[in-house]
Amino acid sequence: MTAAALELDCRGQLCPLPVITLARRIGEVAVGERIVVLADDPAAATDIPAWCRMRGQELTEAAGERFVVRRLT
Amino acid sequence: MAGVSTRAYLDAASSEPLHPAARETLLAALDSGWADPARLHHEGRTARLLWDNAREVVADALGARPDEVRFTPSGTTALHAGVTAIAAARRRTGSRVVHSAVEHSAVLHAAAVAGEPDEVAVDRLGRVDPGAFAAAVARPGTALAALQSANHEVGTRQPVAPVAQACAEHGVPLLVDAAASVGHEQVPQAWSALAASAHKWGGPAGVGVLAVRKNVRLLPVWPVEEREDGLAPGHPDIPAVLAAAAALQARRAEAADLDARHRGWIDGLRKRIAAEMPDVELTGDPDDRLPHILTFSCLYVDGEALVTALDAEGFAVSSGSACTASTLRPSHVLAAMGVLTHGNVRVSLGRDTAYDEVDRFATVLPGVVARIRAGVGL
Repeated sequence: MTAAALELDCRGQLCPLPVITLARRIGEVAVGERIVVLADDPAAATDIPAWCRMRGQELTEAAGERFVVRRLT
Repeated sequence: MAGVSTRAYLDAASSEPLHPAARETLLAALDSGWADPARLHHEGRTARLLWDNAREVVADALGARPDEVRFTPSGTTALHAGVTAIAAARRRTGSRVVHSAVEHSAVLHAAAVAGEPDEVAVDRLGRVDPGAFAAAVARPGTALAALQSANHEVGTRQPVAPVAQACAEHGVPLLVDAAASVGHEQVPQAWSALAASAHKWGGPAGVGVLAVRKNVRLLPVWPVEEREDGLAPGHPDIPAVLAAAAALQARRAEAADLDARHRGWIDGLRKRIAAEMPDVELTGDPDDRLPHILTFSCLYVDGEALVTALDAEGFAVSSGSACTASTLRPSHVLAAMGVLTHGNVRVSLGRDTAYDEVDRFATVLPGVVARIRAGVGL
């Protein structure tokens, strides 16, 4: 597994804040690079994968509070 | 600016205003149906007559026999009583209660009390796979299966007919939660037990219905008395029950017209939102669905802020987003479907809804959402 280019610690934030943070900052990594999002709001388990699907990004890993997103566009 | 006169109530799936036919009946029955229907005097027999009359009307609407219909104090108590009493009577077979992941919370709560819940997943549209449901029912130790006729949050219809067939093959009773459908469209006939709620069809709140086929055994797990076979203890609210029956009868006569009207308006609203609003997920089956419900989720938008902003613009809608729930958890329905849970709105139309209200909503919504997004810099 390649290292993530950016890690966003959104623990303690309620949805939609983790998704908003992810959307604002995905531009900081190059296409093909990965972002790690840490989020403990139960809604994040549904909403981060849904964001990836709606915005055409790739969810490469989701385990507990840790989500890994690869920028595709 | 929105004043009182321009309010649009678009939350009929939570509760409908009282149907005019129900109001008239309720007022008359308050004077004639107050006595104890178990008593043998004239007043008691009058109340009993009204109660029986209501039972016949509701039985006819559900495709049941009058003696299969019991009135409960709410749809929730009908589900609690049905799930727990049927499961308890099947204890020798097992304690597993098979249900879809998107049942009403009353079914989930009752299943947890009744025995061992066995949840069947749904697809992105919110529908169970009848094969997967049948496989769960077929496993040994299944006391009961529960499946809604259609989903109360997203409108998707469930495959009740094939599931009922599988349940019959395995000798497992099927409880159908028809609360979202009764009064709006025809309910499938192949059920062992069926639950509904009067305030969803324009009857008064405080009236639920639990119909149970004659061949299904019941064992209430609370103190039992003779009324309603122990399924709904205590003196019934006969005026409310009669008003509920009157509303259902009136509603059945209007159902075809309302269905066509609501179906078209919801189709139009769905298409407009898809065409005019970016980053919105429209949920539920666009075609095989209830006529009057549309649910969607707006990316980057806080559900509570959206409901509050729409309310200020004069629109009453509900939301399945976590921030609008006392538990701070998103709707289990949206989560089970794997669709976006924040920024969620459910629009549901009632018999009084006018096209102008739906049109105004569609016109105002994009600006409200854009304003909230701008507030977070998106």
